[in-house]
Amino acid sequence: MSLNRKDFLKKAFKTGLLLFGGSSLFEVVAAGELVKQKGPEAARSIQWAMLVDIPRCLEAGECVDCIAACDRTHNVPHIANKKHEIKWIWKEKYENSFPEQTYEYIREDIGKGEVMMLCNHCGDPPCVRVCPTHATWRRKDGIVMMDMHRCIGCRYCMAACPYGSRSFNWSDPRKFIPEKAINPGYPTRTKGVVEKCSFCNERIDIGLIPACVEACREKALVFGDINDPGSNVRKLLQKRFAIRRKPSLGTEPHVYYMI
Amino acid sequence: MYNARLIIAGIVLFLVLVTYPLWIGLVPGEGKKPPKLELPVGQKECVMPVEYMKENHMKLLVQWRDEVVREGDRTPVTVKGVKYEKSLSGTCFKCHVKKTTFCDRCHDYLSVSPPCWECHYTPREKK
Repeated sequence: MSLNRKDFLKKAFKTGLLLFGGSSLFEVVAAGELVKQKGPEAARSIQWAMLVDIPRCLEAGECVDCIAACDRTHNVPHIANKKHEIKWIWKEKYENSFPEQTYEYIREDIGKGEVMMLCNHCGDPPCVRVCPTHATWRRKDGIVMMDMHRCIGCRYCMAACPYGSRSFNWSDPRKFIPEKAINPGYPTRTKGVVEKCSFCNERIDIGLIPACVEACREKALVFGDINDPGSNVRKLLQKRFAIRRKPSLGTEPHVYYMI
Repeated sequence: MYNARLIIAGIVLFLVLVTYPLWIGLVPGEGKKPPKLELPVGQKECVMPVEYMKENHMKLLVQWRDEVVREGDRTPVTVKGVKYEKSLSGTCFKCHVKKTTFCDRCHDYLSVSPPCWECHYTPREKK
């Protein structure tokens, strides 16, 4: 059997496609089947979410119970230099948090007030996409986790996060935590790693709710599984109107702000 | 052969110096003996046999770390009916109270410096 150049190239191309493109081609052709298989599994999965009741939070005025509880639980240092600040949950002006949702004659208490900010635990987190070492990833329950052991401090995730939820340790954070205030049950971080709110994964894993939600006396923070139609967060979202930060970016944030 | 004495003496000296790292370990002396570790008082059981822990404690800690951090699996380890949390500061340090007389002594002897303590907190020890 003799092969001419054209036939050889055709055969080589087909063989190559079969060898290297096999599995991905199969996924394209049989995607419907795969979705059907994964369907019920996906419906049963958990997606943790938080609701922030802005008016109720504002009523509490200067209250910082949630911030204090978080900082205590996770050994978050207080650094005076704004450029080196470490933030897990913090207060931000409404106009800076929702720049596209503000106008001159906005209701004053909200428009001129401050709202609680934290990691949005996005459904499609840009930070995860850019992390070169898989030091940050999305858990099965929707928590965007950090693994300090793997973080190399490149700060790609900080550049990618549209919410400014990530902080970099420019120096050893332990210097900024009083010895007596250290919670020995939770590691402090070290120089050169990025950190952020973890939705208290360490508490969720043992069946507790996040420390900030527990600490809020006003019950302005609500936490639950948004994939469960009977959950407190889903019920509340049916009663109250809520907005999310920068929804147009398509990151699917899971922190909802009730107006 | 010219200068035979000098050359042979030189070669011997050279060989002695080059093989220094090989034979120095055989010469007895202070600092060569394995360090004496302060063992926990009133506690005989570890999560694994002592021999395994001596050689492989770092592997066990890495396994615990991966299970807890990467997989969120915090199910306690049960050894002889006792449940242990998979935690360096929560479990290991309950018995091995002093880092300086246990961890550090051996790590210093072997000249290894694991970075665990940069984040994982061990209470300051009284001298």
